[in-house]
Amino acid sequence: MGAVMVVINSGNDIEWRRRTTKKQIGIWLGWLVGISIVLFAWSVISEKTVWFFVQDAPRQAADIGSRMIPPKWSYITELLVPVWDTINIATLGTIIAMTIAVPVAFCAARNTTPHNSVRAIALFIIVSSRSVNSLIWALMLVFILGPGVLAGTIAIGLRSIGFCAKLLYESIEEIDESQVEAVKATGASNIQQMTYGILPQVLPTIAGVGIYRWDINIRESTILGLVGAGGIGLQLNGSINTLAWTQVSTILLVILVTVFISEWVSAKVRGAII
Amino acid sequence: MSSLSDNRERHYPTVWDKPPFISNSLLRWGIILGAIIYLVAAIASMEINPQRLMEGIPRGQRFIASFFPPNFADNRGVVWDGILESIWMAIISTVAGIALSVPIGLGAARNLAPFWVYITCRSIIAGSRTFPEIILAIFAVKLFGFGPFAGFIALSLGTIGFFAKLLAEDIENSSESQAEAVKATGANWFQWINYAIQPQVMPRMIGLSVYRLDINFRESAVVGIVGGGGIGATLNTAFSRYEFDTAAAILLIIILIVMVLEYASSYLRKWVQ
Repeated sequence: MGAVMVVINSGNDIEWRRRTTKKQIGIWLGWLVGISIVLFAWSVISEKTVWFFVQDAPRQAADIGSRMIPPKWSYITELLVPVWDTINIATLGTIIAMTIAVPVAFCAARNTTPHNSVRAIALFIIVSSRSVNSLIWALMLVFILGPGVLAGTIAIGLRSIGFCAKLLYESIEEIDESQVEAVKATGASNIQQMTYGILPQVLPTIAGVGIYRWDINIRESTILGLVGAGGIGLQLNGSINTLAWTQVSTILLVILVTVFISEWVSAKVRGAII
Repeated sequence: MSSLSDNRERHYPTVWDKPPFISNSLLRWGIILGAIIYLVAAIASMEINPQRLMEGIPRGQRFIASFFPPNFADNRGVVWDGILESIWMAIISTVAGIALSVPIGLGAARNLAPFWVYITCRSIIAGSRTFPEIILAIFAVKLFGFGPFAGFIALSLGTIGFFAKLLAEDIENSSESQAEAVKATGANWFQWINYAIQPQVMPRMIGLSVYRLDINFRESAVVGIVGGGGIGATLNTAFSRYEFDTAAAILLIIILIVMVLEYASSYLRKWVQ
């Protein structure tokens, strides 16, 4: 964009500039508008803030911090089952999501969709699943299914469909068409073209996306307990509500370790597949 | 020898089979068996209660039915207020988060920073990435009181983990030769960053900041559940008051805004690159 320099002839002098005057003014206006929006946003937020509480925050932080130390290590034995539940929510949720996301992605990709109207529906599924946070999905599912791990699993599944399907359909759209054509030239049916022409090309992406999402889901499933959908969030919420700060710090440490391990596993497996 | 080759000839396959994904059959069956055992154990520990599920079916039908038609009437004006608050919260936390992310991202790039700075910044990023925005929001609400300020703090901290990490990775992948060329002109450290590194990472960072704005808006819809203000607070109130038609309207508005943001961000990214 800014690659071509502008030459301005003013009398005898030739002046080199990076941008035309018009463009320069445009950029300044852009900054002006941007900064005004941010300042306005700040004024709205600060109007709704009780500054006394904010000034009090460092003292509060020191207070809570001192109550959190040392973590109550004996509590860990009670956390093993919640951690197992959390991992199950993430894993089964990812499996549900991938089972639905793969066909949705094939319907959403321009080159494999059966019809444009199907594509529109698939895209709507993707957007609505992505827009609604897993916590909100869980909130609704707890109403329907009752509190428990099942609601959390389905919430994670519903939330992940959009993410997985979006990444998949983008990679389906980028496949090498000549391979599909070669398979077609052997007289393969539509389904055979799919399994031998397209699927091998996107299989690494499918596996990679699934594992990537699993890693994210471990993190997301740690909070689902806040609305009663199972996992370690249930203990976290309970401990915070009863002001058992030494338990809270233990739970946070357990979450930290779980997330680190899942990240390590995900990186290893992705490295092995791709 | 000859019998072996005979044998091989006789068993030469006439039908093509797909080669197995994992060639070591012991490992293959081991993984399959392990996966099955895990799945059985995991599903068994779900405590699926069929009776409760059967009860849930009519309840779910009534629940979904009560979503329709979505009620956009918004008599108390709370939906509109909540949406606006979420938008402002998303904007300002994105800006503040990015402002905090730039120094941390520079520090977390292995090719710019000395080792101890690198380790410090990487641990900040790891900490911010590990805990979901909701947990950050719970603590922010404890510290700063109810309201959008707590949500703003939580989202800003969440932005660091995302933005600083990607910035650091982008800087680590940037071209060495440009950096060296600028250094050879005698540029000081700030000039070096500004003229050698910044132009290389800028287009991607603009795209990512719009993407993060999109994420922050979506997250602002949930930090309200724990008291962090925004549309999440309104949504939570609607759920607790069993005003499901209003909740449906809120969800539809969120979906619509996210769609608009997504189109805007993809358009902007194309325009920048």
